[in-house]
Amino acid sequence: MAKNTLSSRFRKVDIDEFDENKFVDEQEEAAELQGPDGAEPTHLIHQGDMMTAFHVALRNPPVNTKNAVVKERAQAIVLRVLTSFRSSEIETAVRSLDRNGVDLLMKYIYRGFEKPTENSSVILLQWHEKAFAVGGLGSIVRVLTARKTV
Amino acid sequence: MSLYNFGLEPLSCHAWNKDRTQIAISPNSNVVHIYQKSEKGWNKIHELTEHSGRITGIDWAPVSNRIVTCASDRNAYVWTLKEDAWKPTLVLVRINRAATCVKWSPQENKFALGSGAKLISVCYFEKENDWWLSKHIKKTICSTVLSLDWHPNNVLLAAGSADLHCRVFSAYIKDIEERPGPTPWGAKMPFGEMLLEHKDCGGWVHGISFSPSGDRLAWVSHNSSIGVADAPAGKEVTQLTVEHLPLLSVLFVSETEIVAAGHDCCPYQYSYKGPGNLQFVKKLDVPKQSSRSGTSAMQHFRNLDKKATTEEDQNELDTLHQNSITQLCIVEGPKSKVNKFSSVGLDGAMVVWDFKVLMGVINTKPGVPSRRKYVI
Repeated sequence: MAKNTLSSRFRKVDIDEFDENKFVDEQEEAAELQGPDGAEPTHLIHQGDMMTAFHVALRNPPVNTKNAVVKERAQAIVLRVLTSFRSSEIETAVRSLDRNGVDLLMKYIYRGFEKPTENSSVILLQWHEKAFAVGGLGSIVRVLTARKTV
Repeated sequence: MSLYNFGLEPLSCHAWNKDRTQIAISPNSNVVHIYQKSEKGWNKIHELTEHSGRITGIDWAPVSNRIVTCASDRNAYVWTLKEDAWKPTLVLVRINRAATCVKWSPQENKFALGSGAKLISVCYFEKENDWWLSKHIKKTICSTVLSLDWHPNNVLLAAGSADLHCRVFSAYIKDIEERPGPTPWGAKMPFGEMLLEHKDCGGWVHGISFSPSGDRLAWVSHNSSIGVADAPAGKEVTQLTVEHLPLLSVLFVSETEIVAAGHDCCPYQYSYKGPGNLQFVKKLDVPKQSSRSGTSAMQHFRNLDKKATTEEDQNELDTLHQNSITQLCIVEGPKSKVNKFSSVGLDGAMVVWDFKVLMGVINTKPGVPSRRKYVI
């Protein structure tokens, strides 16, 4: 019997960390993309040029870095752009993306789902519907299986 | 197209004999059933019961008429037909995890076995001691080997694994064969030499297949994508994302045409014409005959009463297979121009797809009920 049977602290130990044969992702030396520049999309939104703001926000996705701050920042910028779109314009915006763009958009959408705010879910669901129409189930599967998250 | 349902259990794997009159299948258990074709359907003629774990791979060598089976009990057996009964011979694979897939080499003098022990076991028969020996390929494999395919030269072996890589190894065993000549994949081929390692196929590599000439290698991975590596073109890799659920099995049906199938329950055809040129061609399924030929008022109210809805019965999928397809296999035709291929799935059904019929079906005008489900 364990000495102290009341303590359940052992349950919080991450046993995988101690495994010698643990699978580690190969460290890629690809350039660290720092995420979109914050000022530009905001500026473009104020000007009313949604499409350019959209494309700028989707540039340089921080997929190679593990820095949570960079990822949060990128996510916030993209979410701001997505929520400032009108429902009728979403479809044209999605159509202007290529396949990789649609996959990237899906990643951001699901990232946005993780932390729902007051208005974000509604608009994200509309984006999801349009992106799904173009990308299909494959784009969602790629969000789920991607090792490099946005 | 012919569909035969072998029961309720999913079919994990299947293999045909040389003249395609017999099929060996495993209904997700530790037993292999061998069925013989007859006018009315398929009759079970043999049951191979030696394994204690679920059978994960079956391969039938057409010329030498031997069956190799592997299971999750870490064993593999080679079965030979003696006086109308199949007798097993244990193979010393020396793995400490389940075996996942097995394939005879083109000349049938050896076979490769993939396993969860992060290694590939290449097994050959040693005449002096009258047993099957194995040699291991472990280099750089970090996780379960999920799929294997042999190159036509009987030496190169492609392996897709769960560590998101696909690799080509040399499985040259000097005791039983001649030195192979150089190929576009490489010239020096000692045992275990890795001639290609494609990192990051995006997901677990479920299926892998060499082209008929062996110059190209296609694989499908779990992130719903299909990739092709072209050896003569500097081993350049072309990847195509797929809009459907992940594919599980892939097959070259000619030097440029690829058929792949998986969780979307129907086969798709792709075409590879050169580096950067991998395209979706079409969905290879027979459209279901529309049964909406006008519901009577009685039916309408009956539906409303039973299910509180006036919609038609939507229980069945549109495709021939009602569940994921797990394995594709060539049935007829040389590798360079396959006429028929078969698929088995989790719905317990085996379908033989005929390209001639598929061509005819796809050319019929829409609106014509063109599906006929007939059982051989």
